[in-house]
Amino acid sequence: MLRDITLGQYYQTKSYIHDLDPRVKLGGTVLYIISLFCFKNYLGYLIAALFLAIVVKLSHVPFRFMVKGMKAILMLLMITVMFNLFLTPGTPVVTLWKLTITAEGVRMALTMMARLTLLVIGSSLMTLTTTPNNLTDGMEKMMSPLKVIKVPVHEVAMMMSIALRFIPILMEETDKIMKAQTARGADFEHGNLLARAKALVPLLVPLFISAFRRANDLAMAMEARCYRGGEGRTKMKPLIYKKKDFLAYAGLVVYMVVSIVVGRLSLG
Amino acid sequence: MSIILDHVNYIYDSNQPTAKKALDDVCLTIPDGQFLGIIGHTGSGKSTLVQHLNGLLKATEGHIYVDGEDIYDKDYDLKKLRSKVGLVFQYPEHQLFEIDVFTDVCFGPKNLGYDRKETELLAFDALQKVGLDKEYYYQSPFELSGGQKRRVAIAGVLAMKPKVLILDEPTAGLDPKGREEILSQVKKLRDESNMTIILVSHSMDDVAEYVDRIIVMNKGHVMYDDVPKEVFRHYEELEQIGLAAPQVTYIMHALAKEGLPVDTDITTIDEAADEIVNALKRSGRKVN
Repeated sequence: MLRDITLGQYYQTKSYIHDLDPRVKLGGTVLYIISLFCFKNYLGYLIAALFLAIVVKLSHVPFRFMVKGMKAILMLLMITVMFNLFLTPGTPVVTLWKLTITAEGVRMALTMMARLTLLVIGSSLMTLTTTPNNLTDGMEKMMSPLKVIKVPVHEVAMMMSIALRFIPILMEETDKIMKAQTARGADFEHGNLLARAKALVPLLVPLFISAFRRANDLAMAMEARCYRGGEGRTKMKPLIYKKKDFLAYAGLVVYMVVSIVVGRLSLG
Repeated sequence: MSIILDHVNYIYDSNQPTAKKALDDVCLTIPDGQFLGIIGHTGSGKSTLVQHLNGLLKATEGHIYVDGEDIYDKDYDLKKLRSKVGLVFQYPEHQLFEIDVFTDVCFGPKNLGYDRKETELLAFDALQKVGLDKEYYYQSPFELSGGQKRRVAIAGVLAMKPKVLILDEPTAGLDPKGREEILSQVKKLRDESNMTIILVSHSMDDVAEYVDRIIVMNKGHVMYDDVPKEVFRHYEELEQIGLAAPQVTYIMHALAKEGLPVDTDITTIDEAADEIVNALKRSGRKVN
């Protein structure tokens, strides 16, 4: 029942993008998002879209997975576009009853739409091609300079990877308990808001109990293996940059320079 | 109250690269009052199969008829089906949630729309059937032992008065004593109520003693479907798919190989003991 949630999901396959160091993908995504906010003309968005299309092609992830991520923000997208379309002051183009569409509004709405779409597809591409564990590893390594100012980088990364690890487990557990209670005649799908909220009790109580039990077991298991935090811990698979990572960085720099230079040209 | 499965197929994650065929063209007829064992290795599709029987999973292809009605018909009442076919999940104690045992058992019948008095009668009856001591009825279910919790959970399904009771690995994680208690309780239930009982397990020893018929599942399809002693004749093939015949079968085959004229079709320990004594007498040796 809950297997259909895809936002933030990993798509398993082999590709150039999948094999990249997570730091490249993290840094690349951040830079890509920054670039989206630098453009002043449509040409910039065109280059950004082209760049994204190439990366998607390289990643071997079917396009429909990108679209699935879009579904989640469709509502937000519609509202943003509507507000910009009708509420931007400027030269009126069309007047519908009390609402006025302005030339500036159309431009603004298109910009916002392009920005949001590219942003969501870009960042979901990162999670689709990187396992959660890899991602937190990358973050830990990238943030490690912050240790100097006493930021508990390792602990934060560990908490993140545990939280991520627990999502599928709890999802499966929820599915199981839901089925078990459905088998006892519980109804999660019908009735008014109050009835449905009440119906969640037989689901949430066992779920919380199991989550606490699992957390307790995990703490015990870590304790039993002498886990004492990040100090002096080594990694089985340390992150080391390879040739293809530098290649990717080079591609990224080229994209950044070209897109921002072209994107900030004033075309009159 | 017969159940018919007609060419049932089920595929997990059908739109993902990880798609997996969990049921492969399963055809079965389960008549009234049968005590049926479904056996298979982990991942053989046995749990998937039983979740189809009360409509929790919908077959990708094929049809299921309960009492002659197609359960995938648009106007078929699935709630009614779930009251007819009670399913006790693996580790059912994880579904307990109420403040006391009795209220938890009332959950099922209450959902089916029984009034308060009927609900309480049904719950009381179910708790008695699973043999839980009265002193526990008003305790929190979380304070009970593993075996007791499991009985409460089984009572929670029994209270819905199902005509078919499905138990998915009812002995998983229990010690030998708890296992024995649950299985003999199930047997008693069947003797007293003439319910159809489906026992899912990966252990032949669990089911050999009790069931009328065994279905062996392997990689989503039905490999054997017969009375226990016929199924156990294939004990070598069973081993190849990671299952074992009951220990008794091995002993009897080993004895026969050594020249003692015993009947190798025997499936229970008591029968085996008698047979060995008789065989020894027949072969003219002295028995103390």
